Amino acid sequence: MSKKVDIVLNINGRDYAVRVEPRRTLVDAIRDECGQTGTHIGCEHGVCGACTVILDDRAVRSCLMFAVQAAGKRIRTVEGLADGETLHPLQRAFIEHHGLQCGFCTPGFLMLATNVLEQRPDIDDEELLDVLASNLCRCTGYQNIIKAVRAAAAEMRGK
Amino acid sequence: MGDKRTISVTVNGARYEREVEVRLTLADFIRHHLGLTGTHLGCEHGVCGACTILLDGRSARSCLMLAVQADGHEILTVEGIAPSADKLHPLQEAFRDNHGLQCGFCTPGMLTTLLEFLRDNPDPTEQEVRIAISGNLCRCTGYQGIVDAALDAAKRLASSSSPGSGDPGWADEAVPT
Amino acid sequence: MKPPPFHYHDPRTLADAVELLSRLDNAKLLAGGQSLMPMLNMRFVLPDHVVDLNRVDGLSYIRESDGALAIGAMTRQRELEFSDLVRARLPLLHEAILQVGHRQTRNRGTIGGSLAHLDPAAELVSIAAAYDAVVTVTGPHGARDIAFAEFPAAYMTPAIEPHEILTAVRIPSWPQGHGHAFIEFSRRHGDFAIVSAAALLQADSAGRVARASLTLGGLGAAPVRMREVEHALIGEPPGDELFRNLCESCRSLEAVDDIHASAGYRQHLAAVLARRALVKAAERLAGGAAPRSVH
Repeated sequence: MSKKVDIVLNINGRDYAVRVEPRRTLVDAIRDECGQTGTHIGCEHGVCGACTVILDDRAVRSCLMFAVQAAGKRIRTVEGLADGETLHPLQRAFIEHHGLQCGFCTPGFLMLATNVLEQRPDIDDEELLDVLASNLCRCTGYQNIIKAVRAAAAEMRGK
Repeated sequence: MGDKRTISVTVNGARYEREVEVRLTLADFIRHHLGLTGTHLGCEHGVCGACTILLDGRSARSCLMLAVQADGHEILTVEGIAPSADKLHPLQEAFRDNHGLQCGFCTPGMLTTLLEFLRDNPDPTEQEVRIAISGNLCRCTGYQGIVDAALDAAKRLASSSSPGSGDPGWADEAVPT
Repeated sequence: MKPPPFHYHDPRTLADAVELLSRLDNAKLLAGGQSLMPMLNMRFVLPDHVVDLNRVDGLSYIRESDGALAIGAMTRQRELEFSDLVRARLPLLHEAILQVGHRQTRNRGTIGGSLAHLDPAAELVSIAAAYDAVVTVTGPHGARDIAFAEFPAAYMTPAIEPHEILTAVRIPSWPQGHGHAFIEFSRRHGDFAIVSAAALLQADSAGRVARASLTLGGLGAAPVRMREVEHALIGEPPGDELFRNLCESCRSLEAVDDIHASAGYRQHLAAVLARRALVKAAERLAGGAAPRSVH
């Protein structure tokens, strides 16, 4: 075991003071040290996207970062999407369009979609699909995920 | 090809006359001859319940009946549950709102089973719901969402004001007990 | 998984059904279908003829006469489950039927089919043994009765001749105030029993056992009536220690060894369930009502 370091992780606007080894991945720190288990671990080698979080306005694979690399940055996870009891338009769209079955890939898709729609609200459909292709789903066959994201995009643009 | 017979079956309120091989199961008749593929085949030997339909108002495994046995009888399949093309039955709404399905394969059987159950038991306990669906297998959900949906549906059906609103779309009179 | 080709017959009268069966070779009777249809779908049986009994008149009834219930072979298990007459007169049957399969299978399954199929773990088979039921079979030469003790001939083989149809079962009821209990051990609700125990007790005015019936199912090809235990109980006041001691003899019963349970485990279950059934039956002496079924 290597010497641990003290860092502060800012997740959904709240600071978490944690002590971690340098080799601790960001996703493990988010889940275990900070107790935010909405971010899932599917592959731990950067292909499935279940661990996607938003780091300073960029969607990243948190299994491919060390926690110490995220110190001092703004981390947004799925737990921060809803505003109190009010669901985010993307969350409502996923329910409405049956965009999830087991729900394992869902947090990753939500954060990915949130990020792309915030950054590029006028993204065209072909590019949107290309972005979504970075996350895997074993249940749905993707059609309803795409429907959900398209519907939310329209709503977020103000129809 | 084996012996054939002409049968007349009422499905979801519509009468169908067809010639079938005598060995054709009711499930295959519904799916292939009538094109109503909402009724699913999970095991074809009577354990999974995905093929459940209502025969004269009573739930039965359609993979364990011959089509010829349904001659002269009335059948309700999942396609006949919604009152119209753009309105869901309260039971279906409850499934949607309680995430009572994931892949949806077991769902038609769950719906027909619960339709009969809630009609006969409008105010069930959770344990009674679990026993009622014990003849239907689900590989996805772990059943909790289905149980939640059933209990939610019971509340919705109890509070809906119009008489017969719990009955499937095509039946004007109550489904016979 | 589709049934093989066969000729299908759906007689409307018992006479026609008997006539068909006496004439046709390699024919199977179709009752509720909950056992035969899976076998057809998986092609475990290859009959040339299927004789469907579902449209035969007069085989579905529950009637009381002379201290017994006469039940038609084609009576659906569901009818038995919701019959007030059964619940009142044969509370052991009522308790057991709640363990038979599931709602959907009980809607179609029949008592006659279950008895004729004679699955070693079938609850109705155990109950028929517990009550000393009498089965009526009808063939080309008329009807005859078979005492249930003589009914199982071999593994899943009843003492019915090839041209005979099981048409009714007569179950004598026990007097008001008797105690009953049916307990089964299975992996899931609705599964066939790995082991089951059925107990009936009647007490005299001094509270001692006047009559007893103790049946263990699932151990072998046929249910086992524990006649020695039954005799030993007579004249004794019911008690846990008495039951425990007498039920130890269940451990030396022959038991089947299969993927569901070892023989040793079945023997252990037999002793435990038999005792529990007697205890529960004793508690119910002179009174508790059988639980009402949920639809």
